[in-house]
Amino acid sequence: MVVGKLTDEEVDRLFQALADATRRDILHRCVRSERSVSRLADVYPMSFAAVQKHVAVLERAGLVVKERRGREQLVRTDASAVGRARRVLDELETAWRGRVERMGDLLAQAPQPEETEPSTGHGG
Amino acid sequence: MSVIRVEKHFETLSLILVAEFEAPIERVWELWADPRQLERWWGPPTHPATVEKHALVAGGEVTYIMTGPEGDTSRGWWRVTSVDAPALLEFTDGWANQDGTPNAEMPTTAVRMRLTEHDRGTRMELGFVFESSEHWEMLERWGAFEVFPQSVGQMDALLAANSETRTIS
Repeated sequence: MVVGKLTDEEVDRLFQALADATRRDILHRCVRSERSVSRLADVYPMSFAAVQKHVAVLERAGLVVKERRGREQLVRTDASAVGRARRVLDELETAWRGRVERMGDLLAQAPQPEETEPSTGHGG
Repeated sequence: MSVIRVEKHFETLSLILVAEFEAPIERVWELWADPRQLERWWGPPTHPATVEKHALVAGGEVTYIMTGPEGDTSRGWWRVTSVDAPALLEFTDGWANQDGTPNAEMPTTAVRMRLTEHDRGTRMELGFVFESSEHWEMLERWGAFEVFPQSVGQMDALLAANSETRTIS
């Protein structure tokens, strides 16, 4: 549960970047192969400049890498950044898998009241 | 029988975990609602938890201390947002400083726990969203879980190239 691998600032930047549906969509489109900003701009009902701005936010958060090739700006999702975000979730998953396992163990024990009697009392 | 499904959505920093127990719903609810039972599963065996405050009502607070093998302690808190026994519990989980005040430097996690009767047992659905201190308002809290579920496989393929991933059946 400790998110030691990302600083708060990094998490904040990640959040800002991921808080917008268009930016999340850009991330997905650029996972498999790089896309040019102009091709991305064709997809969304917004200006080229607006798409460029979204890409810049993603770039600052380290989620995409931008590369100029000729007249095109190519955008690609940064796998290591995605992996970093995923590691935060992996830690959370590990912590809660342990908790669920312990819950299961407790439930498997005979439902006998311990010293302090829980409210599900049998009369008598 | 425990965890049956895990979904991770990196783009919303959210996680869903579904577990099933062969126990009645009231019994599973007690694991959360009874502080003495809560402290038997909250901390790992190396860091057992002691629950101090336990006000399981909307606006209420739960506080706990986890003690490590060296006697080192870490404190945490929940701020309860919604309770509907024995079906629903929502809270924000965060870390505290040694004096018990919330540690604003650590991100908090919003947790939604839902229980439903399932077959002859109970299904527990846990949803988590990481919240950073300043930007959590920007995410639609639970709407986050509905975003792009179809693309998870695609992401996993990418991550598989980068690091090992597990397949959860």
